[in-house]
Amino acid sequence: MISFVLQRVLQSVLVILAVALIAFSLFRYVGDPINAMVGQDTTLQQREELKERLGLNDPFVVQYGRFVANAAQGEFGISYRHRRPVSELLAERLPATLELSIVSMVLALALGIPMGVYTALRRDGALAKSFMTMSLVGVSLPTFLIGILLILVFGVILRWLPTFGRGEVVDLGWWSTGLLTRSGLAALIMPAITLALFQMTLIMRLVRAEMLEVLRADFIKFCRARGLPSRLVNFRHALRNTLVPVITITGLQLGSIIAFSIITESVFQWPGMGLLFIQAIGTVDIPVMAAYLCLIALFFVLINLIVDLLYFAVDPRLRVRRGRA
Amino acid sequence: MTITATLRRSAAAIALLGALCAGAAEAKTLRWSYQGDATTMDPHGLNETFTLGVQSNIYEPLVGYDEKLQLTPLLAEKWENPEPNKWVFHLRRGVKFHNGSDFTADDVIFSWKRSLTEGSDMKGYGAKASEIRKVDDFTIEVLTKSPNPILPREWVFLYIMDEDWSKQNNTTEATNVKNANQGNYANLNANGTGPFMVAERQPDVRTVLKRNPSYWDKGIRTNVDEVVFTPITQPATRVAALLSGEMDVIQPVPVQDWDRLDQAPGVSPLTGAEARAIFIGMDQARDELLYSNVKGKNPFKDIRVREAVVRAVNLDAINKQIMRGAAVPLGSLIPPELNGYDKSFGEPYKPDPDKAKKLLAEAGYPNGFEVSLDCPNDRYVNDEKVCQAVAGMLARVGIKVNLLAQTKGKYFGKVLAQAGYDTSMYLLGWTAASIDAHNSMLNLASCRNKDTQAGLFNLGGYCNPKVDALTEKVGSETDQGKRNAMIKEAWEIVKADYGYLPLHAQPMSWGVRDGVKVVQRADDVLDLRSVVLP
Repeated sequence: MISFVLQRVLQSVLVILAVALIAFSLFRYVGDPINAMVGQDTTLQQREELKERLGLNDPFVVQYGRFVANAAQGEFGISYRHRRPVSELLAERLPATLELSIVSMVLALALGIPMGVYTALRRDGALAKSFMTMSLVGVSLPTFLIGILLILVFGVILRWLPTFGRGEVVDLGWWSTGLLTRSGLAALIMPAITLALFQMTLIMRLVRAEMLEVLRADFIKFCRARGLPSRLVNFRHALRNTLVPVITITGLQLGSIIAFSIITESVFQWPGMGLLFIQAIGTVDIPVMAAYLCLIALFFVLINLIVDLLYFAVDPRLRVRRGRA
Repeated sequence: MTITATLRRSAAAIALLGALCAGAAEAKTLRWSYQGDATTMDPHGLNETFTLGVQSNIYEPLVGYDEKLQLTPLLAEKWENPEPNKWVFHLRRGVKFHNGSDFTADDVIFSWKRSLTEGSDMKGYGAKASEIRKVDDFTIEVLTKSPNPILPREWVFLYIMDEDWSKQNNTTEATNVKNANQGNYANLNANGTGPFMVAERQPDVRTVLKRNPSYWDKGIRTNVDEVVFTPITQPATRVAALLSGEMDVIQPVPVQDWDRLDQAPGVSPLTGAEARAIFIGMDQARDELLYSNVKGKNPFKDIRVREAVVRAVNLDAINKQIMRGAAVPLGSLIPPELNGYDKSFGEPYKPDPDKAKKLLAEAGYPNGFEVSLDCPNDRYVNDEKVCQAVAGMLARVGIKVNLLAQTKGKYFGKVLAQAGYDTSMYLLGWTAASIDAHNSMLNLASCRNKDTQAGLFNLGGYCNPKVDALTEKVGSETDQGKRNAMIKEAWEIVKADYGYLPLHAQPMSWGVRDGVKVVQRADDVLDLRSVVLP
C-alpha cells in the first residue's frame, strides 16, 4: 500500500514536470507580456530592458529550468500584472474555486445518483422519462449559455439572486468562505447549478446504465429469490456494485470541474482561480499561467490517487488480488 | 435636576440620535463596474488610462483635467513659464494627505524622483524635467533640458505621493515586478490628497473607496460617500448587473446592447466620442511587403495606391453600420478634443471607389493585389467588425485583403517595434495622453528613429522629413499661436501624402442607472468628483 502511494507520488512529480515543460514551450505563442505591463509612452529601450530583466529573452528551456528550480524551493515568481507573489494570489483564489467545485459536485451526486437509480428501476415511468429528456438538455447546452439564461431569469427578470461575484465572505484564517453569509450563499446558487448540471446528467446516465446491467445479474436474482426486501436489494446490493465506475468518473469530473470552472467563473465573475487564469492569458502573465497549470495537474494526480485508494475500500476483490501478489 | 429638565435633555438626545440615524441612512454608495480592474494603486506603476483614471480620485497631480479635458489647478494654484527652460509652480497651501500629514514642495520633489526609479512606468514623464528646485515650502522651479511649452499638460498623470508615508512603509521606489517585497506596499495601499480614500482593496474582486472628509476643495459636486468598485469581465454579465439594479454605472456597454438599455426601464446608455483615433496604417518602409502577392516592390510606396485605399473606404457607412452613428469620422489621426485640432485636416476624405480603381490601374495594378491586414479583436470598439468592413470595401476596388484578427496580446506582440513591425497593413487606435497633437505627431507621423524614439508607433514607417522638422519645432515652441499653425501645417502634409487611412474617433459607451448624474470625459475616465446620486 505504501509503496503504491509512493510510486504514485513519484509519477505525479513527472506529470507536473511534463505539464510545465509543455506549458513553457507554448508560452512563446501567447504574445508578448511586455505590452500589457507598460503604457504606450514607454520607450523601446525600456521595454527591452524590462524583457531582459524578466529573463524573457532566454530560450524556453532555460526559462523552464529556472521555473522548476524556483518551484522546487516553493518560489513561483511574481505576477507580471498584479506585482504580487503568485503563490499568494493562488492561495487567495483557491477557496472560491474549491467551494464552488465541491458544492457543485455534491449537488451533482446528491441529485444524480437517486435520479439514476429511479430511472433504472422505473424505466417506463413518466417521471423517469422526463428526467431522461431533461438530462439531454443538461448534456447538450453549453455552460456559458446556461449561466447567462439563469442570470437573465433569476437575476434580471425575477431579481431573486445576485448576478455576479461571491457576496460577502468570512475569513477563517487563510481560508475565505462564502458559506456562512446570506449573500454568500445566494451568490453561490446560480454558479453551482450551472457547473453541476452537466455532471449531474452524466452521473445520472452512468448510474442508470450500470444499474440496468447489475439488475440483470444472477446474484440480484438470488437476492430476490431469498425474499430480501427490494429496498435492500436495490440499494445495498445493486447500487453498491455500480459504484466503482461512478467513483472513477466522479473523481475525474471533480478534477475537470476545478480545472474547467473557468467558463462558469468568468460568466458569474466568480473570483476564483479560473478567472485569475483567464485574465492571465489576456495579459500574458506567464508566472500565473505556469503555476496554475502545475497546480491543476497536481489536483488531477491527487484526485486520481484518492480514487485508486477508494477502489480498495469499495471493491473487496481488489484487496484480495493485491494481497496475493 | 427637575423632571422637565431631564425630559428636555432626553428629547434633545433622541432628536440628535434621530439626526445621526438619518445621516447614516442617507450615506450614498455608488456601485460601479468596469471590464477590468485598475492594475495597481501605485501611481507610478502603470501608464494606462483606466488605472490612472481610478487613481485620480485618490491621488492628485499639480495640474489636472476638468470635465472638458481643459487644464485646471489642483495641487498647484498657478504656474508660469518665465524662461523657456523653466517652469514655476506655486503650490496650494493647507492641503493634507489622507493620513493627515501636510502637503509641501518636498512631496513633489520626492514623487518626481520616485517616478524615475526602476519599476516606474512613468519614467517618460519624470524625464521631462532635469531638476526640480525647492524655492520655499510652496514654490518649486522645474528645469527642463529643452524648452517645453506643455509641461503642465504632460504632468497631468504624474501624481504626488507623501514622502514621509512612503519612507515609513518602505515604498520609496515604484512597484517592481522583480523584487516583490521592495516597495510594493503602495501596490495595495494608498495615501493621496484626493477626494476619496482606499478603504478596502482586493485586486480584481472589490475595491471600496470612502469620501475624504477633509478634502481641500469643498466645491466639488459629488454627494457620494462611498464607492464600491467591482470589475466584471464578461460584457453580458456586466450589462445584466446594471439591468438587475445591482450597479449604478457600468463601462463599457457593447454597442449592440444600446437598444436593450434604451428599452429597459430605469437605465440608459450614455454615449459620446472618445479622444481615441482609430486608423489603418500601411507599410511604406520595406522594399517588398511581407504579406502580399506583389513581389519585388511595395505598392504602398506609391502615393496613388495609398490614395486608392483611402478613397475606397466609406467612413460614414462604417459609422452607421457598425458604430450605430456614435463614432466621429476623422480625416487625420487627431480627434477634435485634442489641442491643435483644425478642420482643415480634420474633415474626412471624400470616398470615391471609381477614382480608387482608376488610381490602382495607373499605378500598375489594374487587377488589384493581395495584402494581409492585422487587426486586434478585443482591444477597440468592434475592432474586428471594422476591419471586416474595410476589407469588404477594399475588395470592391480590387484589393483583396486577408484579415488576420487576433487577441490583443498576440496582435501587439506581432506588429509593434519589439517584433520588428511584422505587418503590411494594420488597424491601431491612439489616445494622446497629454491631449495635445504633438504626442501623435511624434509617435505616429514622425519618421522612425531608434535613437530619439520618434515614430515608435509609426508601424507602417510613413516618413516625411518636413513633418519631422515641424514636429521638432512644435516640441519647443512656447508661443501657442505659432505652435498651432505648425501643427496644422504638419497634419496637412500627412493628409496630402495619404500617409494613413484615418477611420474615426470611437464611441465611449457607459450604462447608467436613471437619476445618477455622471460626466463622461472624452478620455473615458469617470471622475468621481462629478458623480451625483439621487
